Order: sequence, then C-alpha cells, then structure tokens
Amino acid sequence: MLSGSSTGVSVDAGAGTAAAAAANAGVDADADAAYVVEMRDITKRFPGVLANDRISFQVRAGEVHALLGENGAGKSTLMNILSGLYRPDGGEILVRGRRVHLGSPRHAIAAGIGMVHQHFRLVQSFTVAQNVTLGMSKPRFVLNMRAIEDDVARLSSSYGLQTDPRAKIWQLSVGEQQRVEIVKMLYRGADVLILDEPTAVLTPQEARDLFTTLNRMKQAGRSIIFITHKLDEVMEVADRVTVLRDGRAIATLDRKDATPGLLASLMVGREVGGAVPGKKAACGDCVLRISSVSALGDRGTLSLRSVSLEVAAGEIVGIAGVAGNGQRELAEVITGLRRVQEGRILLRGADITNRTPLEIIRCGVGHIPEDRLGTGMVPNLSIVDNVILKSYRSRPVARGPFIHAKAAREHADNLVRRFQVKAAGLDRPIRLLSGGNSQKLLLAREISANPGLLVAVHPTRGLDIGAAEAIHHVLIEQRNRGVAILLISEDLEELAALADRVAVMFAGRVMGVLRRDEWDIERIGLMMAGSATADTGHGADKGDRVS
Amino acid sequence: MEQTAMAFVTSVLSAAVAAGTPILYAALGEVLTERSGILNLSLEGTMLVGAVSGFLVAVRTGNLVAGVAAAAVAGGLIAALHAFLTVTLKVNQVVSGLSLTLFGTGVSGYLGKPVIGVPTPVSFKPVAVPALARIPILGDMLFNQDLLVYASYVLVAALWLFFYRTRPGLHMQSVGESPETADALGINVFATRYAYTIIGGMLTGIGGAYLSLAYAPSWIEYMTAGRGWIAIALVIFAIWNPLRAVLGAYLFGGVDALGFRIQVLGAIIPSFFLKMMPYVFTIAVLIFATARSRNYRIGAPAALGLPYERE
Repeated sequence: MLSGSSTGVSVDAGAGTAAAAAANAGVDADADAAYVVEMRDITKRFPGVLANDRISFQVRAGEVHALLGENGAGKSTLMNILSGLYRPDGGEILVRGRRVHLGSPRHAIAAGIGMVHQHFRLVQSFTVAQNVTLGMSKPRFVLNMRAIEDDVARLSSSYGLQTDPRAKIWQLSVGEQQRVEIVKMLYRGADVLILDEPTAVLTPQEARDLFTTLNRMKQAGRSIIFITHKLDEVMEVADRVTVLRDGRAIATLDRKDATPGLLASLMVGREVGGAVPGKKAACGDCVLRISSVSALGDRGTLSLRSVSLEVAAGEIVGIAGVAGNGQRELAEVITGLRRVQEGRILLRGADITNRTPLEIIRCGVGHIPEDRLGTGMVPNLSIVDNVILKSYRSRPVARGPFIHAKAAREHADNLVRRFQVKAAGLDRPIRLLSGGNSQKLLLAREISANPGLLVAVHPTRGLDIGAAEAIHHVLIEQRNRGVAILLISEDLEELAALADRVAVMFAGRVMGVLRRDEWDIERIGLMMAGSATADTGHGADKGDRVS
Repeated sequence: MEQTAMAFVTSVLSAAVAAGTPILYAALGEVLTERSGILNLSLEGTMLVGAVSGFLVAVRTGNLVAGVAAAAVAGGLIAALHAFLTVTLKVNQVVSGLSLTLFGTGVSGYLGKPVIGVPTPVSFKPVAVPALARIPILGDMLFNQDLLVYASYVLVAALWLFFYRTRPGLHMQSVGESPETADALGINVFATRYAYTIIGGMLTGIGGAYLSLAYAPSWIEYMTAGRGWIAIALVIFAIWNPLRAVLGAYLFGGVDALGFRIQVLGAIIPSFFLKMMPYVFTIAVLIFATARSRNYRIGAPAALGLPYERE
C-alpha cells in the first residue's frame, strides 16, 4: 500500500530532505528561538469530551510538521485553536517566542497563521480574487478588483499554483479550490500554513503537485502543519511528526526516526492488525448488470453517461474516483432514488430500471448511503425504530397494521450484540451514537435483510481505524457468503484491500475496470483525473463495456 | 385625442413611481437583510409601524424630516428585535418574522388610534427638478416627484456600488453566502447580520412613512394593504439585486396605478378585479422568477434563513 504511492515521488522527497537538513542545521544552533509556533499545555473541553489534554506542540521555521492521529484524536481541535476559531480552556500559545492571544481567526492571520480547512472556506458564488481578498482590512472601502486579480495571478504563479483569478469557485475542481485556499493564506502573508487532511479529496497526481508546492513553500522559509491520518503521507512529506491519541500528544519524532509500523502503533495505541482476512470465494453468477445507463444530476446536467458495469455474486466491485464524478448518482439509480434517463439495470435478470425504492428493496438490494444519518437512518429515532425501518412491513415485526414491539426489540438487540454496537440503550436516539457505531448498525440492518446485492457508499468515511476494520470484516464476510457488493470509495487503500475489481469513474463515465491483479495506482490516478482511459482494454472483462 | 392618451400614459407612469416607491424602500431593505443571510418576513408589520410613527411625529412636530427619522428608528427597533431573536437566540426566522408582522400590525393600530382621520399639517409634495422635469414623459415620471423618491434613486445607486464595488459590501455578501467562510476570515458574522437587519428595517420603516406622509398623507389602520408582502416577493423577482428591485417596484406600482385609473375611466370591469391585479401579478411574477432561477445558477444567498453557529 505504501510503496505504491511513494515510489514516484522520490525526487520531491529528496529535495525536501535537503531543505529539512538545512533547516535543522539552523535549529540546532538556537533551538528555542527557531520555534515559529509553540503551544504549551493546551487543554480544550467540549461537553462530555476532553478534546485536548495538556498538549504541547512546537513548529520550526521552514519545516513540514505532520500532526498524525485517528479521527477524534484532537488534531482538528488543536489546529482550530491555533487558527483562532476555538479558545483553549488552558495553556498558552507563543508565536516567534512571544505569547499571543488568538481570540479570533483575524488574530491568527495577523500573527501569520493561516488554516486550510478540510471543508474549504470559500464562497461558491464569488470569484477566486474576491475570495482571496475577503476578510482583509486593506483596501478599506473601495475595491479595485482588477488590481487584486493581477496580484493574485502573480502570487499564485510564483508558487506554481495555477488559478484563474476571475473564475467562480463553483466552476473549479476540488484540487483547484484547494489551491485557491492556499493562495488565500499566502496572500495575507501567512508563514505558518495549517492543512487539514489536504489529500483526502485529491487524486494521487494532484496530491503529488501539492507536495511539490509544499516543498517550494518550505524552501521559502514557511512552515507547514499537515494534519493527516495517512502514514504514507507522513513518510513522504513530513520533516517531523507529532502523534496525537485520545486528546494527548503521544510523541514527536523526526521523520528519519519514524517507520510506518511505529507511527501506526503510536497512533492506535496497539498493534494494528494486518491485511483484511478472507480469501476470495469463487465468483458466481452475475447479480447486477447495468447497461448504458445515463442519468441527470441535481443540477439537471448529465452526471451518468452511458455507464455499463456488472457485479457477480461473491464479488466486490470497487468504484474509485474523485467525489462528484457520478458515484453518488450511480448508487442512487441502482437503489431507485434517481431516475434513469437511458439504459437498463437488471438484478438477476429482472429489470429494476426506475422501480420504486420499496420494490428494489424487496428485490434484495441493501444500501449503505453516503449520508448515513440523513439518508440511511433517522437521527432522532431510537435504535429499535431505526433497525426496523426496512422490515416493519413483514413478520415478525409486523402484526397486521401494528408493530410487535417485543419482536422489534429482540431484532434490535440481536443486531447490536452480533455487530458489537456500543450503545447506552436501545431506546436512545441514533444521533447520540458515534460515527463508527451508527455505521455498524446501518450495515447490520441492511445485512439482516439478507440482500443479494449491497451498495455501499463511502462505508468507512470518517471512521477511526478500529471501526473501519470492523466494517471491512463484515463486507468481506458478506462477499464470501455470496453477496454481490458494489463499494464506492474515495480511499484507494480501502479499494486495494477489498475490491476484486475496480472501476474508475470520471465525469460520469467509467474510464476503465481493473482486476485485482492489474492494480496500478498510476493508471488509476490518471483515470481519476480523466487523462487516461482504459484504452488498453484488457481490464474490461466479462462484458464490461467501456464507453 | 392623442393628447389625452399622452396625458393618461404620463399620469399612469408618474403614479407608478409614486406607488412603487414605498415597496421599493421595503424591498431594498429586505435585499440588504437577506444578502446578509437573514430572512425578515416582518416587512408588513414594520412598514405599518414606520407609517404610524412617521405620521405621529410629523403631526406633533410639524417636521417631515423628524417624521421620516422616527419611522426609520421604529423600523430599526423592530428589526433589532428580529435580529436578537434570530441571530442571538437562533429562533426560526420565519416564525420570528411572522410574529413580528402580527406584533407590528397590532402596535400600529394601537398607536394610531388618536390620529385616525386627523389631517397632517405637513406632507411631501412633488418638487420638479429644473430642466430634467421637462423631458417628455420620463421627466414627469421621474423628475416631478417628492424628495423621498429622489432619495430612493440615490439609495439604489449607493446600494449597487456598495454591493459590487466595496469591501464591506463583499463582506456582507460572504456572510449571507457562507458564514463559516466569513467567520474563518475574521469577519464578525453576528455583528454583520445585526447591522444589515437593522438597516434593512430602517429602510422598511421609511417605506411605511412614504405611505402616510407622501402617497396618501393620513393614517388609516392597515394602510399598507399587503405592500410588505409584495416587497418580499419582489426581492425574489429582483434576484437580490437593487437595480432589478427598482424595475420590479415600478412594475408593481404601474399595475396598481393602472387599476386605479381604469376604474376612474369608468370601465365596466368590477373594481375588485382591478384591486386584485397587483396581488395576481405578484403570484405570476413569483412563478416566473422561481422557474427561471432553477435553470440558472443564480438565486438566494446560500445561507439565507440558516442560523449560524460555530461548530
């Protein structure tokens, strides 16, 4: 997993090392003064949670410092404090040796600290230049947009961040939007740049471009704090790494002292289980056959263009791609939530094109939707009610027009036990469960209906390693029992670990399908960016037409 | 014959501007408020309170400027209440706006009791602008009006420049489009929303005062007759753009004035139908405007109606 994406970047990584060495040489002479940012004993409480527990953290000038930890370890909270969005309950912050009070993002920016959030803070209807100048104090009143556009163009090209200052944000790709965010921070003179999981939304190629940019900024003497939970990224770009776990700083290491295994055990606090178990069962009959399906997206534009795909019993077919390239729409047409304009969808030979969701559920299709608390479950209803949402129409839960409360409870109790959902009580609303537990419950509900086909959209997004592992086990187990699984994911490592075949989507098309033994991160990346199709064609077996 | 037709057109156009001006003030106020992300449905009540406060003060002091100022303050106070409820307490904006409409209607009726039917010693009268007023048709329509109408021209131009050429205007729009972004960049979302809600309320109050001090100088209970609601519809029609709001307001004013004049001409259409016209027109325009904005990527500020809370 690690080697796949790090081999191609050895040149960049080498340049980074040289710069880091130069920076370190300076640091050794006068260690304390070289800290651009020093956070001491930072504590932050939220109702019921101690998010940051006396964390100390230092950043040197001209280094890339990775902040590594699982979801909920307190990385984002700590950085939200440094960027002025949250106020700490205890501790102090020093910037260039001077104590500062970062009461608001404005203070942080004035101190030279800028944060690029995971969910971009960009006004979609504004132009790039308008977004860049937003919130600045000069010019005070009258705006000369032409002059600002020129400035933005000059600054962005000097760092190799290509952007069109007059483009509206909603017209830009996610990678371009991220560049705008970085330019925005550079424009206001940030010399400490915080990036919150910046590669989560990028193709491998875009991520590499980002790393090149980071190296260039580092050489210009700026510091970068890089929040991530991906070990290979730490090994690739970081000079130093601080590991957080359960709201505490566990360790700070130089990259040369770190290994992926060491970092993983520091991050999780135990030895991490190896690859996902389970050998692949023999592929059975074709369960889902999608032929030349086209559908409209929410904006009324074509978001699926003649997509053809097959999923066989006992097979996991992964769908890779950058968000917004038709994956969600694909899941929705299969589950009856979106109208098919052209083409047909067959389930075990029966036509389910444009059937209602209920009919499709009755045909044996399970669905783990992208928005698990919005589409998948009802946050304010109890565990029992959520678990019977799809089974309340039939026995044993249904008794004529009534619901058999005891049967429903038993059903819920069974699932909670079997899938080890941690819940304070069956009558508690789902919204009080953690992300991992609510996802386990959703998966449990779908599997308890014994589906022939399971459509899982980003099933482990936002979950910590433990919960994600549990979900992966269940998916493998289902596959081995002969369930056909369509797994839509942005996490290439997840697809590499689980999928028997991977189809890559770009702009509503399937760019190509690769078998497990053809796995090639380079090619997948190019297909995700739309710059390659599977013109070699050898991956498209079993009638997968590539259009 | 031609001269009578000409005179008819001129008089309808001139009346269109006069009838459109109170709606224009309220709509401009609402554009400002909604651009900052706050939906204020209390325009009808706010206009009534503005109308009665302006009238009371003008009758007591005999000073028109004091009357208009009082209307602005009263409108600003109601809007401040709306801002407190929706920004600070995060009450549902629709509910707060509707309750304040009821509140404003009731309060204005109560305050206005003593002055029902009382003649005002002062009112706004048309003042012809030298030279410009002599342009055929348009001169009479645009430049033979009272001072509040002229002030509205300045206001429209100022608001347009403010929206599209100034930093505070850009910041205001960012608060309505993406408060998280604005907050992360150090723009005070709460203060911005308070400020533009209150300024919007002040303009709405002035719109009310135009009714009681210029359009029909008097106080009659419920004299707005739905103009506040029309102004809200107009904001959608205008796609939150002050220039388009002018067009819409005069269009509504024209329909209103036309109905009145057709009645005077002694047409055989029942007067109820003519009085209905502005409201039917509102519905038609709304259908038209929303059908359009679904096709184009233009429309409401993205965060309109959503309370902002830091995560």
